[in-house]
Amino acid sequence: MPRKTLAEFKVEHLQVLDENGKLDKELEPDLADGDLLRLYRGMVRARELDQRMLKLQRQGRIGTFGPCTGQEAPSTAAALAMQDDDWFVGAFRELGGRLFRGEPLTNTLFYYNGWEEGNVLPKEVGRRMTPLAVVVGTQILHAAGIGYALKLKGEKAAAVTFCGDGATSEGDFHEGLNFAAVWQAPVVFISQNNQWAISIPREKQTRSETIAQKGIAYGVPCIQVDGNDALACYVAIKEALERAYRGEGPTLIEAVTYRLMMHTTADDPTKYRTKDQEDVWWQKEPLIRFQKYLSAKGLWDDAKEEALREELRAEVDTAVKEFEATAPWPLDRPFDHVFAETHPSIEKQHQEYLAALKEESDA
Amino acid sequence: MPKLTMVQAINLALKEEMARDDRVLVMGEDVGVDGGVFRVTDGLHEEFGESRSIDTPLAESGILGTAIGMAMAGLRPVAEMQFSGFSYLMIGQWEGNATRMRSRTQGQHTCPLVVRMPYGGGVRALEHHSESREATYAHFPGGKVVIPSGPRNARALMLAAIRDPDPVVFMEPKHSYRSFREDVPETEEVLPLGQAHVEREGDDLTVVAWGAMMRPTIKAVDAVAKTGVSIELIDLLTISPLDSDTICRSVQKTGRCVIVQEAPRSFGVASEIIARINDEVLLYLEAPVKRLTGYDVVTPYFGREKSYIPPAARIENGLRETLDF
Repeated sequence: MPRKTLAEFKVEHLQVLDENGKLDKELEPDLADGDLLRLYRGMVRARELDQRMLKLQRQGRIGTFGPCTGQEAPSTAAALAMQDDDWFVGAFRELGGRLFRGEPLTNTLFYYNGWEEGNVLPKEVGRRMTPLAVVVGTQILHAAGIGYALKLKGEKAAAVTFCGDGATSEGDFHEGLNFAAVWQAPVVFISQNNQWAISIPREKQTRSETIAQKGIAYGVPCIQVDGNDALACYVAIKEALERAYRGEGPTLIEAVTYRLMMHTTADDPTKYRTKDQEDVWWQKEPLIRFQKYLSAKGLWDDAKEEALREELRAEVDTAVKEFEATAPWPLDRPFDHVFAETHPSIEKQHQEYLAALKEESDA
Repeated sequence: MPKLTMVQAINLALKEEMARDDRVLVMGEDVGVDGGVFRVTDGLHEEFGESRSIDTPLAESGILGTAIGMAMAGLRPVAEMQFSGFSYLMIGQWEGNATRMRSRTQGQHTCPLVVRMPYGGGVRALEHHSESREATYAHFPGGKVVIPSGPRNARALMLAAIRDPDPVVFMEPKHSYRSFREDVPETEEVLPLGQAHVEREGDDLTVVAWGAMMRPTIKAVDAVAKTGVSIELIDLLTISPLDSDTICRSVQKTGRCVIVQEAPRSFGVASEIIARINDEVLLYLEAPVKRLTGYDVVTPYFGREKSYIPPAARIENGLRETLDF
């Protein structure tokens, strides 16, 4: 009996806009000028807040946070491609997408300054957006479950979830892909491969040639895109969403990008990578090429860029002022949210805590 | 009133709640076509279809993680861990998300879900099928831990657990699954979570037990009561949040207390109860509070389980010791 090949696979890579802003006209998505400008604005807005937060953190005005600079494209493009009824199930490097979906800047600041209130979003925004997920990869399963619920209820909507390259080593990543595939649930899995999990480079994370191909094992259609090319991200995510809406199940998208900053502000990347390595990727970052693309289309120029930056910086200034002017939230609030209804044994501790606080403030 | 086993009573509760509320579904390994390895979900597949009695892939974190997503998106999943000994693979999702989502978002997102798991020894099972780890789950704020002791309260507590707006670990004493039957009312009966039940009222001694330990404890209590002693027996029903008021009120009256626990002695529910008694009613005590428990050894294989789990005779001796102190 000769040995037979049972299956062969291929993994597609998609780039629409190269690092110099050169466009593949054939692949260009059909987006209105207004949408292109919104997409660019969304990415720049995240960059401005991110860079401001770095300064605030260094000045001790907020706590530790994980910067998103250089990774604006995948989540912002996803937010543009998504409908209001789709669920946005992020990890913690999707600032662009979160802001685009309507998260107020002040929420981000409250969150990173140690207040749960940052997770409490305006109703219409929080309705279908989950809070940041700190334990790596756990949110991937939530998206699969949300996808199941959407399908059961017959909604034409999908769950879009994000994770990093490190998360693809977690069991929850594999279980999430597997459950969603078995259920043919409407889920778009986006792995932002930023090539670093704190100090662990991509090649120590997995021997797989691509992260995209991990979908193949689960029967999940997959594609690798240039994650610094917002157009490629948009095209792949839109296709995946359409597939999900048609009832054809999940998709895995690997968005190859780069973590230009530290893992979090508590991390020092000079310990494990060189500035030269980083410089290579600064040349490929997502904003410059998109700006070139908009300019080539006659939609952008230096004056517009200057005006946009100024406007966004002012917006961030205002948000920081509002954030810092907000009086501290009540310290005992966690007692109100252990359960929907409190229990006598918890209420007893609550009163004890309030009495201790009063005593300490009187002292 | 039909006489049901605990398996049948929980099955009844699931059926009632799935019929009443189409957001409710069951999910887990072998819960669908097979009806569950203990038959707790028997017949649900035929009645409610595969989309509401889901045969999932074999992955405990996956089962709870997707149940969390379903709950956040408006469903009321009842997920099964086939045995509590396999449930540790879901603890990351339990601690990291199910129990925290309400507090994390101050109520904007919640996880109304139930995780059912058969627990405990006494059925001559393989390794990892006999532990009693309720203290593990009780240690995570934001989640409730419920343990029925008989068919009737199992049905009433399951209805409450499914309707509860917060995540509940529902631990089913598999030793009691089929070992006795009880009348279960045909009309709906719901017991509130977070409240213990006084099974016998008495003045001389308080005895606290839960789950599978209730049967041997009742036997011991009744034997001692025959000698003219008045014993109050409390069935916890909810482990967390713990109803300390019922316990402390009783100890204030009796001055003596024995706690019977299947789990290893240290860092357990019995220890917590003693701490609460110390906090509230220490000066009413006339004897040290006694713990009758499993031992701090790895749960032995079933060849040794008969003596490892406190038997009625040992409980009876313990009660007498505390009464005679």
